[in-house]
Amino acid sequence: MEIPLEHVVGLSALLFAIGLVGALTRRNLIVILMSIELMLNASNLAFVGFARAWNSVDGHIFVLMVIVVAAAEVAVGLGIVISLFRNRESVNVEDVSLLRW
Amino acid sequence: MVEAGTSTDLLRWIPALPLLGAAVHGVGRGLMRREMSRGLVIAISCGASIAAFVVTCMAVAQMQGIAGENRVLIDQVFTWIGSGRVSAEMGFAFDPLTAVMCMIVTGVGSLIHIYSIGYMDDDHRDDGGFQRFFAYLNLFLCAMLLLVLGDNLLVMFLGWEGVGLCSYLLIGFWYGDRWNAYCGMKAFVVNRIGDFGFLLGIFLLLWSLGDAATLNFAELKAALPRIVDTTVAVPGWLPGPEQWRLTTLIGLCFFLGACGKSAQIPLYTWLPDAMAGPTPVSALIHAATMVTAGVYMVCRMSFLYEVAPGASATIAWTGAITCLFAATMAIPQTDIKKVLAYSTVSQLGYMFMAAGCGAYTAAIFHVGTHAFFKALLFLSAGAVIMAMHHEQNTDKMGGLRKWLPVTSKVFLVGVLAISGFPPFSGFFSKDEILLSAYSAHQVPGHFWIWLIGLFTAGLTAFYMWRLHFRTFYGECRADHHTQEHLAEPSWLVRAPLVALAILAAFGGFLGFPQIYGDWFGIPDSNFLANFLHGVLPHPTHEVDHATELLLGVTAIGVATLGTLAAALLYVWSPGIPARVRAALGPIYRLVENKYYVDEIYDALIVRPLVVVSDKFLFRVIDAGIIDGIGANGSARAVRGLAAHVLKYGQSGLTQGYLITMVIGTIAIIVWMLR
Repeated sequence: MEIPLEHVVGLSALLFAIGLVGALTRRNLIVILMSIELMLNASNLAFVGFARAWNSVDGHIFVLMVIVVAAAEVAVGLGIVISLFRNRESVNVEDVSLLRW
Repeated sequence: MVEAGTSTDLLRWIPALPLLGAAVHGVGRGLMRREMSRGLVIAISCGASIAAFVVTCMAVAQMQGIAGENRVLIDQVFTWIGSGRVSAEMGFAFDPLTAVMCMIVTGVGSLIHIYSIGYMDDDHRDDGGFQRFFAYLNLFLCAMLLLVLGDNLLVMFLGWEGVGLCSYLLIGFWYGDRWNAYCGMKAFVVNRIGDFGFLLGIFLLLWSLGDAATLNFAELKAALPRIVDTTVAVPGWLPGPEQWRLTTLIGLCFFLGACGKSAQIPLYTWLPDAMAGPTPVSALIHAATMVTAGVYMVCRMSFLYEVAPGASATIAWTGAITCLFAATMAIPQTDIKKVLAYSTVSQLGYMFMAAGCGAYTAAIFHVGTHAFFKALLFLSAGAVIMAMHHEQNTDKMGGLRKWLPVTSKVFLVGVLAISGFPPFSGFFSKDEILLSAYSAHQVPGHFWIWLIGLFTAGLTAFYMWRLHFRTFYGECRADHHTQEHLAEPSWLVRAPLVALAILAAFGGFLGFPQIYGDWFGIPDSNFLANFLHGVLPHPTHEVDHATELLLGVTAIGVATLGTLAAALLYVWSPGIPARVRAALGPIYRLVENKYYVDEIYDALIVRPLVVVSDKFLFRVIDAGIIDGIGANGSARAVRGLAAHVLKYGQSGLTQGYLITMVIGTIAIIVWMLR
């Protein structure tokens, strides 16, 4: 059975909104990272959906790119989180506001 | 299209060789971080100079091999600037006029290079100056050769500026002394005023020629008839009619340039101060070559001045007045080099007198003979200065012929030549100039110009003999220590002196007038005039032989009078000068202080300019507006904005930045979907 494009895009939008709200409201750095991951995958879903609808491979290629970027981002992000925890015993994003006026 | 000359690759090497020498010195010094051995320096720079002379001789031979009237060698190296209608080639042309100038520049230049070895070796200021000196000297040769070889105005201007730069560098060569640096700067700035006129002349030519705009001399000559009848309105305060011929205006602009370079009134003041440089420099740049660039330029543009009678008359009169004025200033000078400097200004006045009277060949002839005898005089003065341990004041000399037999003899040859005694070279060239002034009916007041020239010839003899007597005759006024160490300089110094003395004595036969040639049965005796015949317009002397002879005899008589007066005052009856000084009082002081011209310029131009520059341009415009409001003001504004407004955006809260980003992204999306 063919899944209509509207459903795919709707799911993608929903996931993106969940990720955005998570990234904006949660204080735990790991959760924020997960939320960002959620947003990235929401966009992946939209790419795949559109690619399928228009019989084009461009979307697939973009998805691969996004996965690579996401992997790199997680590697760096988690590294920062670990280093932060070692120094401060905390993963709360509000505890790291040193770079300010 | 203008008939082209014979193409050759030879010409580019004439300026390129000295340039190469200068570059090797400059780059080598930079890479090695220490001075090369003196032998290597000498080999490179003297080699470059002599090689340029040899190439010049080859070019002359090649040019003489061309049959017909159009004896021109052309060497187009590359297109320097191509812009719309006008293009400037890096091109060289070699015609008889250039040949004469090139021979003088490279020939006398080579002799002075050799002399400099001995002169600069004596200089024990061990600051790496030896190599620097020869680098500048080679660079000067390159620029001077560009000036005389260039086949268009722009290449000539490049050389023109180049020689100015080298003159500046070499006057201030011993820059440790602030006065020398000041003199270099003065020469440069005064020359810039002249260059401004030169540039205006180029612009006027380009502007007025319209479609035929060109910088090439041959093409200019062909295109000039288009603007011969054009007139322009000039401001009312200028003399003459309200409408000037355009050619006159252009000619005057170029002449302003010549005034600066060749030290004519009103821009002559830099040349006496240029004597602050080493003596070989005074000989090469400020006597033999660079200062004659203005004369060369007027001769090169003779096709323009032929149709600009107003400009020509101005040149003739400026030359005459400078000639007289500078000669009077030379009389009371006691510095051996200063006398020669004022004498150079005066002799340059003679050259312009001739050029203004249409006798371009006579002007170039005098350029040549003057290069010989004035280089000789300067170099022997340098030998005296060396022997006297860098003492230039003739008050402390006297009787030197006992210690310096060779120097005093060659100096005597120079004095005889400049005073105009036959058969020494100066007689023939000066005679031709006076003759041309006498017969130049197209110049208003030409008889008076002749009279001024004649009178100045007497003055010239007087001050030159005075210098000679005070230096080499009478009792030695030097202190005991100096007297003990007086000795002839090395053969490296003496050899060029003797070579130049031979040239100064017999160089005049290059332009042996036909009237004397007829006596000895020599056909076409005036070699120089025939050589330059196709290039320079030749004046038709409307003077019969008897008058010409009479003029020559008068000149010799006047020179003899000057000589006798000098001998009376400084040899036979040495008490007279002091009494003359006391009797003349204020007039003597006026002349001794060079008519206070430097002081007048200082008060009228220099000081107001310095005050305006300091108080207004520097403090208000530069420090106040450009630095204060422009540079520092904008920086302060940005810093203030950041410190009081923008910094509050930097909360340090990651999610704060995130929400800003989200809002921004939404704003962009909304704007794009609108």
